[in-house]
Amino acid sequence: METAIMVVVVMTVIGLVFGLILAFADKKFSIEVNPLIHIVDDILPKGQCGSCGYAGCLAYAEAVVLNPEVAPNLCIPGKKPVADLVAELTGKSAPEIEPRIAQVRCKNTITHAIKKYNYAGVEDCIAASLIQGGPKGCEYGCVGFGTCVHSCPFGAMVMGEDHLPLVDEKKCTGCGKCATVCPKAIIHMTPIGTPVAVLCNSRDKGVVARKLCSVDCLGCGLCSKSCLFDAITIENNLAVVDPKICMEKCAKPTCLEKCPTGAIYDLRTV
Amino acid sequence: MIKSFRGGVHPKDSKFYTAGKPIETAPLPEVAVIPMRQHIGAASIPIVKKGDLVKKGQVIGEADGFVSSNVHASISGQVIDVGSHPHPIFGKCEAVVISSDGKDEWLEGLPLTRNWEELEAAQLLKIISDAGIVGMGGATFPTHVKSTVQKDKHVDLLVLNAAECEPYLTADHRMMLEEGPRIVAGVRIAMKVLGVEKCLIGIEDNKKDAIEEMTTAFAGLPVDVVALPTKYPQGAEKMLINAVSGRIIPSGGLPMDVGVVVQNVGTVAAICDAVTRGIPLIQRVTTVSGGSIKAPKNIRVRIGTSFREAIDFCDGFLTRPEKIIMGGPMMGMAEPNIDIPIIKGVSGILAIAKGEANTGKEASCIRCGRCVNACPMGLNPSMLSILSERGLYEEAREDYGLFDCAECGSCVFACPAKRNIVQYVKFSKAQNAAAKLKENRG
Repeated sequence: METAIMVVVVMTVIGLVFGLILAFADKKFSIEVNPLIHIVDDILPKGQCGSCGYAGCLAYAEAVVLNPEVAPNLCIPGKKPVADLVAELTGKSAPEIEPRIAQVRCKNTITHAIKKYNYAGVEDCIAASLIQGGPKGCEYGCVGFGTCVHSCPFGAMVMGEDHLPLVDEKKCTGCGKCATVCPKAIIHMTPIGTPVAVLCNSRDKGVVARKLCSVDCLGCGLCSKSCLFDAITIENNLAVVDPKICMEKCAKPTCLEKCPTGAIYDLRTV
Repeated sequence: MIKSFRGGVHPKDSKFYTAGKPIETAPLPEVAVIPMRQHIGAASIPIVKKGDLVKKGQVIGEADGFVSSNVHASISGQVIDVGSHPHPIFGKCEAVVISSDGKDEWLEGLPLTRNWEELEAAQLLKIISDAGIVGMGGATFPTHVKSTVQKDKHVDLLVLNAAECEPYLTADHRMMLEEGPRIVAGVRIAMKVLGVEKCLIGIEDNKKDAIEEMTTAFAGLPVDVVALPTKYPQGAEKMLINAVSGRIIPSGGLPMDVGVVVQNVGTVAAICDAVTRGIPLIQRVTTVSGGSIKAPKNIRVRIGTSFREAIDFCDGFLTRPEKIIMGGPMMGMAEPNIDIPIIKGVSGILAIAKGEANTGKEASCIRCGRCVNACPMGLNPSMLSILSERGLYEEAREDYGLFDCAECGSCVFACPAKRNIVQYVKFSKAQNAAAKLKENRG
């Protein structure tokens, strides 16, 4: 019995002593933090994607609260609701954010692709593309090891059965992390609602590109000639669609039927 | 005392294919594809255009800056294209394509006879630089850069790298047996350029005949032949210097920091040609070998000849090769096809047969430590590969000496889990370089 009492007494005394030390340290070494920073931080989506240009969500919260010049709409994954809340909390006005989504511009599947060599190394796109530009014949296309998929902070990407990454439109926040890790830069951030897109990244001349892939853009220019609004330009043997002109002016795309390889896709039906 | 280094591995040397075969001269290529990037440093700038007639030995690509090198026409004929062509290392690269006229005519005034002993060191260096000579062991670092002693450094020793520790390769071995006088002259010129009084030749002891040959050839000169135990990577610069002279290069340092310059056998032979006869680097000796080659040979071949022509000269393939490798099997690069040109750094063309290559699926690291025992640099390859896998490139650089790794491949050879450690290391290095570039840009 006596031992039990001793234990209780000793533990209580130790607890009291340490409690006092902690209480003292809390007063003595406390750091003044603007409580708003943590409130803003809690609102942010916590993907730590860095698309705002800061090292993480907390860093952005700190900047947006303390620096009057930092805009409240830099968090792209948060979109309009977060921007509005942040603007309200910090007393700034939030300009419109254009919602955007990741678009994988390659349709050269592993089964169709002409292979340059059998790759047996590290399963990572960047590592594979260091070896003669990757195992696929087309040096501009998707390498297919899913570095983008692993990098997505929101779990919005999966690797398709044909070894091309698929973007979940509901989950994709448009942060652009995947676009920065892709060694071939085939992922583009495009505005949501773009009607058509050229899903190819090949800058090879038509003759070369044709041999390497069956669904590539040859850079023939038929689409750009057929476009009534000059929304398509050919740069380095690749057709590039200006989504703004497309969205604003075009109701019935004429480019789709003209493409000889079917490299232009109608995104409204997909 | 056995002169060697810590770590290393003992791969099967497989030199029997070609060690006894004299160097043969390969026929002229019909079309020579001569890339502008055949060396470490800036790519050369092509100074000929489509349609130009060129002679053998004519400069077709000029060095772009100090760390760069001239490129010469290896055959006479007409330039049929200047543009992007296949390259054994970069995949694609700007190249000058020459269609042979079959005459193989020298540029006017070549070859000449020159008494090098009358020339000053600076003049010799200029000749070496103009002749486009680069390290022929495979690294292709421009020789004139290596031979220029920096102001705050003092060099007192030349080391001739004749270890040829890569399995299969026998080109240097055959050159030592057949072309002793060229090597002797080349070494003496290289010594004069550097202003050194002493040279050590490191040869692995699986080449007894070459050791004897070199000892007699260099009799009476301040040159010692050092027999080294056969162990990979005996021919790596840092290991070789440590083995022959006992000097240890500090981390991140160069041989010049300990007063040494290392030259390869092929390089000194090229120096001899350039200085005594005015012949620029337009050909090299290379080994075509491997289980899939019908008649493996050591061949003297013009730069720009395709791998295919070189292999055809060796009677083609016996069986379908498992892998085609440029260079040696330990550090060489696997090639996706054989329609690529032979460049200055091609020390071997290997067609590895099934069963010769140890291929298989990579597994997880079991931390057995064999790679740590094998690493000649005393690094921890297992950690380097794991950090790279996890994306911790900065830790690999700062805490695990990433940039001390010479990518010799001893760890991969020793690894029972078949981990692609060297590729992880290369990947980490590339990521670090990219991060540095980003930082510099702001």
